[in-house]
Amino acid sequence: MRRKFMQLSFFCCLILSILACFAGPAPADSQAYGNKIFDPGKLKPVDSRLTLKTGDQAPDFTLTSTQGKAVHLGDFMGKKNVMLTFIPAAWTPVCSDQWPGYNIARDLFEKFDTTLIGISCDNLPSLFAWIKEMGDLWFDVVSDFHPHGAVSSSYGVLRSDGMSERAIFLIDKKGIIRFIHVGDINIRPDLGMIVNELKKISF
Amino acid sequence: MMCRYYRILKPAVNTRILLRFALMLVGALFLLVGEGMGQEKEPRLDFTLPSPEKKVHQTYLGLPGDTDFSLGQIKAEAVIIEIFSMYCPVCQREADNVNALFQLIQNSPEYKNRVRLIGIGAGNSSFEVDFFREKYSIEFPLFSDTDFSIHKRIGQVRTPHFFGLALAGDGRFKVFFSQSGEVSDPRAFLKTLLENSGIKDLP
Repeated sequence: MRRKFMQLSFFCCLILSILACFAGPAPADSQAYGNKIFDPGKLKPVDSRLTLKTGDQAPDFTLTSTQGKAVHLGDFMGKKNVMLTFIPAAWTPVCSDQWPGYNIARDLFEKFDTTLIGISCDNLPSLFAWIKEMGDLWFDVVSDFHPHGAVSSSYGVLRSDGMSERAIFLIDKKGIIRFIHVGDINIRPDLGMIVNELKKISF
Repeated sequence: MMCRYYRILKPAVNTRILLRFALMLVGALFLLVGEGMGQEKEPRLDFTLPSPEKKVHQTYLGLPGDTDFSLGQIKAEAVIIEIFSMYCPVCQREADNVNALFQLIQNSPEYKNRVRLIGIGAGNSSFEVDFFREKYSIEFPLFSDTDFSIHKRIGQVRTPHFFGLALAGDGRFKVFFSQSGEVSDPRAFLKTLLENSGIKDLP
């Protein structure tokens, strides 16, 4: 019995070692974060069910930003289009490689009279430290931590593991959702796709 | 009845046979993943890139026409490759330094016709590469690696990453430099890089 147990343990170790060989650095991990990025591995692409569709009124919300201010979606009504960018988790590979791109595309978003709100279910201290590591962002990043994932849930993008999906919602100045993208959580959405949709709501 | 079947099946689950089978399986798996494991140690730069759209870039690389080309076909003695991402904060911050590196090469009578610089956008679509090019007024050729296929092939390096290749002139080349991180001082970076090239009369 003991021998069989030892053999089984040996095989398990070997298989785990082989699987570990497959694990490599995350895609295009930036030097910016050093070794502070946690790689969760490949996740289930989508793990929620959308409750909204284009043409619906965007659920209103107020969440606190990393700057400590209350960000109220309704405040942008009649003034700016809003792009909500939900990301699953701070300090993870794909998420860390998403908002820095939007950060250099400020002119592009402003050309389409659009502002961004970044939303994550992480708590504020984690988000604050992560954003600082990126070198600060021009748009508000808000925490949907407490009550946990309430806004993500109201948009139908809260996953069963407590993270939000990698999702984009474009909301026009009337507060109407004009575009929804809930993509594979493991893949960053293409900026070209976003710009094409911005063109549609701006002209 | 049960005992008869057990006697028939018993040899098949013999521990020794199981052990041999498992070891063979492990060996086969190691062979299968061997290539993938090697990728991280020795980057495979034997990929092809599409011919640049701009004629000036085709001329810069000494390419005959609109067909795909391999790195060994570039008409130069040394090629510097930057692996970047428009989403990488360091790549953004370093864009001016890499431009300065390009200008140093172009303004040097010793290097101008002997050293070439290209960039490959890891996980960046054509739109994103074009955006990065325009944002930072990049004059050297940039290529898109939308699906990370090149990035995986070269060992999933962190961005920015620089390779230095010494070209034999017959399609073959040798990687003499491979380093992730910042350029910081373009003049010192170029000196260090080319000192390692082993190319005769290339100071």
